[in-house]
Amino acid sequence: METRKMKLMLTCKQASLIISQSLDNPLSRSDRMKLKFHLFICKACTRFNRQLHLIKTIVQRMKLETENDDTIQLTIEAKARINRAIESKQH
Amino acid sequence: MSKNVNDWLNDHGDYLYRFALARLRDPHQAEDAVQETMLAAIKSDSFEGDSSARTWLTGILKHKIIDLQRKQIREQPLSDLIDLDASDTSMDDFFDKKGHWLDKPQTLDMPENALEQKQFLSTLSGCMDKLPAKLAAIFMMRDVQEADNESICKELNITATNAWVMLYRARMGLRKCLEINWITG
Repeated sequence: METRKMKLMLTCKQASLIISQSLDNPLSRSDRMKLKFHLFICKACTRFNRQLHLIKTIVQRMKLETENDDTIQLTIEAKARINRAIESKQH
Repeated sequence: MSKNVNDWLNDHGDYLYRFALARLRDPHQAEDAVQETMLAAIKSDSFEGDSSARTWLTGILKHKIIDLQRKQIREQPLSDLIDLDASDTSMDDFFDKKGHWLDKPQTLDMPENALEQKQFLSTLSGCMDKLPAKLAAIFMMRDVQEADNESICKELNITATNAWVMLYRARMGLRKCLEINWITG
């Protein structure tokens, strides 16, 4: 009974691994249940879970901001370099 | 030659550059990616004109970006791979033998205004620069470009286990770095 109970309980290390995996793939039912239970009793991992999701959200926002920032442009020098490279290939 | 490459560069160059910079984070690499895209475009016959030139060029650019990331990862010396196990992003530094946190994650204060938001992004950016190149590249592919794990494994020629361990280390490292370096107020 005792060993069975142990298997149901995740350590924080195991929980952190499962949390990271949850960002990539849907968790198995069993992992999901174990994680849910662990997060219910563990404040540190709950925080960790929130922060990993947050980091992902923010890096995606950073990507969109860079993509949409019209002030970011190829420099004149860079354009000239690229044009030279194109010309050398065309002749 | 009917294709006007100069027009492509003038009309779409800046857009392509931003697209590349958002994924590679390095201005020189982003410029290289745009140049490679243009060179591939003049050689290619596949542009039919029924898709917009921008969409077509972006499609080429995506491949060039992955090529550069792959190179970034391959060029890592083997010793770095071994070091990775002992580096500060390894899993064991975060937990004791029983699997408890050595340092419990602390609350991160969220940026409350535009200025703080900017500072937060630059802190996060700095933390990404501190990651080992290999981890940074796979993190960008997965969390920024949202490539699925299967294609990451294929592109980088690594196992699924390898991929999730690397992603885990990247995320652990980033989170810890933010915790240390992000101070509000």
